[in-house]
Amino acid sequence: MFGTIAYLLGSSIRQGIPLLFGATGEILTEKGGHLNLGIPGIMYVGGISGIIGGYLYEHFCANPNPALCILIPLLATIIGSGLMALIFSFLTVTLRANQNVTGLTLTTFGIGIGNFFGASLLSFFGDSGSISLLTIGGWYKAKLIPFLDFGFLAYLAVIIAIAVSFYLNRTRAGLNMRAVGENPATADAAGINVTKYQYLSTIIGGIIAGLGGLYWVMDYTGGTWTNNGFGDRGWLAIAIVIFALWKPVLGIFCSFLFGGLYICCILIPGLSSASKELITMAPYVVTILVLIITSIKNKRENQPPAHLGLNYFREDR
Amino acid sequence: MAVPAIELRNITKTFGSVVANDNVSLSVYRGEILALLGENGSGKTTLMNMISGIYHQDSGEIFIDGKEAVINSPKDAFDYKIGMIHQHFKLVDVFTAAENIVLGIRKTLDLAGTKKKIQEICRKYGFEVNPDQKIYDMTVSQKQTVEIVKVLYRGADILILDEPTAVLTPQETDRLFAVLRNMRNDGKAIVIITHKMHEVEALSDRVAVLRKGQFIGTLKTSETDAQEMTNMMVGHQVSLNIERPEPLDPKPRLVVENLTVVDQDGIKKLDNVSFTANSGEILGIAGISGCGQKELLESIAGLQPVESGNIYFIKNDGEREQLIGLEPLKIKELGVALSFVPEDRLGMGLVANMDLVDNMMLRSYTNGKSMFTDRKSPTKLAKQVVDFLEVITPNVFTPVRKLSGGNVQKVLVGREISNAPSVLMTAYATRGLDINSSYTIYDMINMQKDRQVAVLYVGEDLDVLLELCDKVLVLCGGKVSGMVDCRNTDKHTVGALMTRLGGVKA
Amino acid sequence: MIYISRRTDAPLKKAVAIKAFAILLSLVVCALVLFVMTRLNPLDIYIAMFKGSLSTQRKFWALLQNTAILLCISLAVTPAFKMKFWNLGAEGQVLIGALVSATFMFYIQDSWPSWLLILVMLVASVAAGLIWAGIPGYFKARFGTNETLFTLMMNYVAIQLVKFCIAVWVPNGSSVMGVLNRQTQCGWIPSLFGQKYLINILIVALLTVLMYIYLKYSKQGYEISVVGESEKTARYIGINVKKVILRTACISGAIGGLAGFLLCAGTGHTVSATLAGGNGFTAVLVSWLAKFNPFGMILTSLLIVFLQKGSGEIAQAFRLSDNISDVTTGIILFFIIGSEFFINYKIHLRRK
Repeated sequence: MFGTIAYLLGSSIRQGIPLLFGATGEILTEKGGHLNLGIPGIMYVGGISGIIGGYLYEHFCANPNPALCILIPLLATIIGSGLMALIFSFLTVTLRANQNVTGLTLTTFGIGIGNFFGASLLSFFGDSGSISLLTIGGWYKAKLIPFLDFGFLAYLAVIIAIAVSFYLNRTRAGLNMRAVGENPATADAAGINVTKYQYLSTIIGGIIAGLGGLYWVMDYTGGTWTNNGFGDRGWLAIAIVIFALWKPVLGIFCSFLFGGLYICCILIPGLSSASKELITMAPYVVTILVLIITSIKNKRENQPPAHLGLNYFREDR
Repeated sequence: MAVPAIELRNITKTFGSVVANDNVSLSVYRGEILALLGENGSGKTTLMNMISGIYHQDSGEIFIDGKEAVINSPKDAFDYKIGMIHQHFKLVDVFTAAENIVLGIRKTLDLAGTKKKIQEICRKYGFEVNPDQKIYDMTVSQKQTVEIVKVLYRGADILILDEPTAVLTPQETDRLFAVLRNMRNDGKAIVIITHKMHEVEALSDRVAVLRKGQFIGTLKTSETDAQEMTNMMVGHQVSLNIERPEPLDPKPRLVVENLTVVDQDGIKKLDNVSFTANSGEILGIAGISGCGQKELLESIAGLQPVESGNIYFIKNDGEREQLIGLEPLKIKELGVALSFVPEDRLGMGLVANMDLVDNMMLRSYTNGKSMFTDRKSPTKLAKQVVDFLEVITPNVFTPVRKLSGGNVQKVLVGREISNAPSVLMTAYATRGLDINSSYTIYDMINMQKDRQVAVLYVGEDLDVLLELCDKVLVLCGGKVSGMVDCRNTDKHTVGALMTRLGGVKA
Repeated sequence: MIYISRRTDAPLKKAVAIKAFAILLSLVVCALVLFVMTRLNPLDIYIAMFKGSLSTQRKFWALLQNTAILLCISLAVTPAFKMKFWNLGAEGQVLIGALVSATFMFYIQDSWPSWLLILVMLVASVAAGLIWAGIPGYFKARFGTNETLFTLMMNYVAIQLVKFCIAVWVPNGSSVMGVLNRQTQCGWIPSLFGQKYLINILIVALLTVLMYIYLKYSKQGYEISVVGESEKTARYIGINVKKVILRTACISGAIGGLAGFLLCAGTGHTVSATLAGGNGFTAVLVSWLAKFNPFGMILTSLLIVFLQKGSGEIAQAFRLSDNISDVTTGIILFFIIGSEFFINYKIHLRRK
């Protein structure tokens, strides 16, 4: 009995980690006032960048070094998802493009990039078969703490969530960023560099989300890529932002809960395939309920940032 | 004379084809309060926004303490110790006072130390601020206090205040003025933008006048009077008397009984309000802003859910029609018109991105049974309003956002009156308008009075209320604190009634 | 030091020139990307793209059909967007419409005359889409619930519902629904002049005209504009904002349901979880790029479908993954989205 519960818990957490990365990244982005619907695409790019980085390293280096096995994909992911987020922030911050439209395009683009390289990466180097970076995946999966079956990225996800929470609520820069998301005109008049914070929140948010993709390909699937394998988890991460009321620490628990809901159909034995589909629906239904309940309760502190999704131009009157 | 704290040389700023400031030169010295006076649209706020880094001049220079200064952003302005208190507060609603005050300062966040320093500033100048209170819980005057403390906290020694008294009670205004005088004696340079002549006289050392974007001149306040300043401002002599024809055969038109309104947060906005508005009379409604004026008008127009009470519309044949529970459109069809000029003018009543015709249509598009809209009669109406009220616009197919504030307001009030209502409710109809436009509006309202319309006039300026209206209903904290006959009362009586019940927190 | 100001009066010519330049620039960037992938002359690639997507009559009609479907979904989201109701749930509304159509085909089979079945499917699909958008619409109107996120979530509820139904109907676990009524073709939209997609295309063409008239000349269309521009004003002049929001969301969903019906009854005669294929999201772009003008949307949807099809052709010809089409389309859209800035704003240089 205890074993089953531990297994259930562990699986939920493992499912929840990529969601947590995505949600934390999106919370940071949204607190800065930007609704980045490109997060699902960014997570795909985060994943494939890690794969590409790892593959190139394995391909060109005979004796892979464990530290570099971890560092190179990590760096590749940071660059890849950072660039994706940069596209979003350049278009929406500097060029003041509509955030919803830009975000959706970014998602299509990002998933396209992920699947394109996922399908063609090997053929570029004359290899065939499917991508499988088991050595690197092994290092990513390595237990950081004995008895707990999690790789280091799982701990990093929790640490980042807590750090973001601290940053937003306890630091000067976090206060400034929240002010930008609530009321950029006020922040601007107070001498805060609005553009800087908008770029920071979207790019760092994007990178954090991208790490979710890296976790998925390296730790969860152990260094393999399947086209569309990440599924719609990016959207689920956006759902968590709402569910967690824009609070990163709450996001940790919500992510694990959603992770649990996402997989419980696999773990409950003897389910028909039809009822599995119904259970998979649960996270979405639950999020909708939370969305409805918070809007009915209408408490000021639990609302989205006031300037979410809107662009700012100083001389607009 | 000493080196000026700020010296503007030949500043020009245009917005599209509109010249907001045309070659303006102006100096402000330390230890003085300069009143910046000018009609609406004369470019006062634009000029000050360039000093505080919101806008940037097209040409001209700014000198701070004799050295040329480049102010590209509000941050640059802070570095020159310039602080501006805007007409629309720049505060983050979900933050506390303390969080707002330290916003944008480049030091590690130390809220405990901040609170101590805030309390010091408050003691020094006699403010009251609760550093932990959220902005959305505050009254307007509390918010303004936070704004001023914010500027002082940053060590500003050049202060610019944009129409600071527009939202304050007379008592709050007095307190503000006392604080400003303290600051002047501290050696700070203070610029106050205002419309109100008596405030200029009571507070300022010098007064600078702008007209249509141009600098007209400066005067020592002690060596001038209201008449001279008005002349400089408007460029020609204007009569300060508002016409008030005697009401003809007034009959009850609108009867409000025990009206109580509770808002979403459970706060009583109107408490047992009763009064009667007669046809052919102008009933003024006075009160500090936020004392239930808006809720009262909106309840009558059917836009506000009512807790209890009755609102009767009395038809010409004497039949009473209960308005509570009727759809807003039904109420409009009875002939009850509401023109509410909000603070930002465009927020309600008009759609900024639509042209004049489509805006006229807002009131009439439901006419007729067809499922399609008729644009012919609104076009005609738009042309009439433009002609009659001298609205300055290229044509009637121009989006109203391209019009200046005064012209936008003429369009709004003109449309409401064109409905030939039997009850006309208007709130802040002349808010921010220049003197000539204000008189046009007073004339329009008097014409409605002659037509036997019952007019409800919510206003900010007590002088105007007492000169224009027949009676004034005074609201205080959502209760009726008095109903006075304007022909035999004075400003002080009404002012006292406005604050008598103590319904507003200081 | 760069300084930006808002343009109030961009002349149409200039706007068109800026957009054209952006598209040209994006094609150059795409060519560069394709060159890096294939080492082929980019010009050849574009020629292959044109030839590929227009080479046969069948491909030409498929292009029109895809355009019609995308246009139909774009028309669906347009009234909602014009009201600033971000309906990102078209994907789900289309799916639920198709699912309802498929349900009728599955259970009725050929026991009703085909015309009756088609009619019932049409009405039921439209109703299903209407309800699917009406739910978030109701909560938006009543409680101000964030519709962007609500409609987004409804997509996945619809997807799971489709998967559930397929799992029930196809018990062998393959989770693929075959073509329904293959023999009898009962409930299939018939061919016209030998073209099986022609009726689809005509329906969407008619809908485009109707939507244009509705938005521009009807009272309801006027109400949508007012609510979209300023909810406060709308309330103030007595528009029942809640009613307008609910009604417009329902219209939006109903047309989405219609698109689902066209996909099921008039195209594939089956249903799958990926039936909408991201068109619900692409429609957002189509509508927005055309500034909510239904006639402009004909062009933008054609452009996007052409790009997707063309890239697919290249992918096939040069043995690339056909996901390359998402990448190139994305690049082109980024440029178009970014070009808006240069139409609405002016850039000056200023001395520091």
